[in-house]
Amino acid sequence: MQGIINTAKELIDRYNTGESIKIMEVCGSHTMAISKYGLRQILPPNIKLISGPGCPVCVTAQNEIDASISLASQGVTIATFGDLVRVPGNNSSLQEERAKGRDVRVFYSPLDALDYAMANPSKEVVFIGIGFETTIPSVAMTIKEAYTKKIKNYSVYCLHKTMPKALEALVVNGSDIQGFLLPGHVSAITGSTIYNFLVDRYNIGGVVSGFEATDILMSVVMILKNLKDPKIEIQYKRVVKDEGNTEAQRLMDEVFEESDAEWRGLGMIEESGLRIRDKYSEYDAEKKFKIKKPNSNTEIKGCRCGDVLKGIITPKQCPLFGKACTPLNPVGPCMVSSEGSCAAYYKYGE
Amino acid sequence: MCIAVAQKVVKIDGDVAETELNGLKRRVSISMVPDVKIGDYVMVHAGVAISIVDKETAEEDLRLWEEMEEALRESFKQK
Amino acid sequence: MDKVLMSHGGGGSMMQSFISEIFIEKFNNEYLNQMEDAALLPGKTVFTTDSFVVKPVFFPGGDIGRLAICGTVNDISMRGAKPLFLSASFIIEEGFPVDDIKKIVDSMVDAANEAGVQIVTGDTKVVEKHSADGIFINTAGIGILHDEASVSIKNGKPGDVVIVSGTIGDHGMAVMGAREGLDFDPPLLSDVSPLNKMVEKLMALRDAVKILRDPTRGGVAEVLYEIAGMSNVGIKIYEDKLPVKENVKSACSMLGIDYLHLANEGKLVCVVDKDFAYKALEIMKDDKYGKDAAIIGEIDDSGLVTIETIYGTNRIVDRPIGELLPRIC
Repeated sequence: MQGIINTAKELIDRYNTGESIKIMEVCGSHTMAISKYGLRQILPPNIKLISGPGCPVCVTAQNEIDASISLASQGVTIATFGDLVRVPGNNSSLQEERAKGRDVRVFYSPLDALDYAMANPSKEVVFIGIGFETTIPSVAMTIKEAYTKKIKNYSVYCLHKTMPKALEALVVNGSDIQGFLLPGHVSAITGSTIYNFLVDRYNIGGVVSGFEATDILMSVVMILKNLKDPKIEIQYKRVVKDEGNTEAQRLMDEVFEESDAEWRGLGMIEESGLRIRDKYSEYDAEKKFKIKKPNSNTEIKGCRCGDVLKGIITPKQCPLFGKACTPLNPVGPCMVSSEGSCAAYYKYGE
Repeated sequence: MCIAVAQKVVKIDGDVAETELNGLKRRVSISMVPDVKIGDYVMVHAGVAISIVDKETAEEDLRLWEEMEEALRESFKQK
Repeated sequence: MDKVLMSHGGGGSMMQSFISEIFIEKFNNEYLNQMEDAALLPGKTVFTTDSFVVKPVFFPGGDIGRLAICGTVNDISMRGAKPLFLSASFIIEEGFPVDDIKKIVDSMVDAANEAGVQIVTGDTKVVEKHSADGIFINTAGIGILHDEASVSIKNGKPGDVVIVSGTIGDHGMAVMGAREGLDFDPPLLSDVSPLNKMVEKLMALRDAVKILRDPTRGGVAEVLYEIAGMSNVGIKIYEDKLPVKENVKSACSMLGIDYLHLANEGKLVCVVDKDFAYKALEIMKDDKYGKDAAIIGEIDDSGLVTIETIYGTNRIVDRPIGELLPRIC
């Protein structure tokens, strides 16, 4: 392993022009892997790996978190991934709701949540649908299965977001980025062509990367090689095809349609989210429970998660980082979610 | 954004497969990878196979590094 | 914090601050403030207590009964004492099957016999349905300090060697696997076992054995942070030296969990003077429960708990916070 690392260092030095280069990773699992493997120590100081809006929890708008939490108090069973449980809303969290006796259950898979609903017909199960294109097809599967099997006690509160428009929003409002480390598993679903606009309109290249240290380092080498002539390339060929997973895309498109979405720290971005199509409105918790998103105050005093998500500042440059805002009492979403950039920086002592 | 792990398909019944990884058995949906076969490795995220791992390119990744290492050694010799 | 949360019992930093704020500051006496697994009282007497609420009650490789005896025996042993007498009191929910209680008691008897301890007092309470969750067991234990023992969590010094007595995370993942429906083939069994015999043999090294700690909830990571904090030192471990079963590693990468956070119920972390490290390792290896013992790192003066990755880079060890939950991201 050490051999490959030394080779990577030499290759990076070979293609390093010396100018300041900012490469943004937009996937929470990349953020975690980079910190967990200590990869920043392998890069020369002028090459910076900065974390973008890559973790599904961090980008969920405050009012959507509050709406999910308030749902718990309406006597429904909240089914959720573990990621969301500790995220603080304006006045509670799913973890605190559970302490008050509300039925909040964590599932490893949306399919398990649907199985739970089928096994407990008397319980009204609402699955909180967070996550990007990697997770969306599995949630679509549960809605389609509930529809065909006429399961009445299962619905999804759809907070899903999609990647391309968010990347564009980042580039447009001035995040100074020279290359993107593109999400491996999102791209396994979407394919790599969805990123071509980065080169065509903004002349910024990117590489779809795997999650091993060797994958990430190889992708950095490829980005540096393409700096003068930006391209979109796939390093993670063993999992990602250019066209992606067409079966998954078809399923997503059958159940969901594009909609505008509110991103924490980035604001409203057109066509960057999903809505459940009318055909499946019976399984849309927002309609079924007439969920109104409270106008929660989005920014917590001093919290600069928005700028961290845009890569304008690093977690350490946020005034609250490590002081008022720590994993023990997180203020902003980037610290709450273990995949958030601030949590990764704090935990692994960047 | 998405934790996914490669697991080997050992049994298929309908659109569910049994996968195995170092002794860890898991029932996984394969409805998104219809042409998966027994013995294939699939990337599994939240209980659902999202892609079939292409075995050759997996080996190729390693060969790529060896080639790079070789190319570097060559260039040092010329210096 | 106006409500008690699951994370307050999760073995991580939330639990530590909850305990010290609510209990330690108020009870506040020299024995409690030792902050050890068991309190050393006058007359070389060592005293401990523990409660067991594991779900499911029967899990691969053990049950709440064996867990209760081994957990108590191990807490006393970690203080360098020989466990002698235990209490066992039960809080049972109305409607709990009697056959299950018989099975639990049988495994308590087996574990007690193996450890050579006696259950000398106890209590039983039955509560209405739904006001408890099946069965809870509380124990207390008394032991006598081994003559040669001088074990304390404050003994760590830079240069000392850190050894773990076997594979990390087996119990935590066996229980989580049972809960999350992961089925392992061959089955992943909990490591729940009594370590008093292993500790007794280690006492032959006298004060070279400086710290003994069983990494239960919060796992090896939490124990390393406790040692670093109480001995006011740093600790460096090496990823390629950590003994972890492949199926535990795979399950962790699938659920997004760090195996250093998983509970162990039949393992100990030992800090030993470096000149006696190999002797201690040898003693552990020829014990029934120490086959996979390994030197995993050393004490330094960095004040941090760090790990050298298989890539040769360094990072701090992530300290567990609260509940371990499967994640997608």
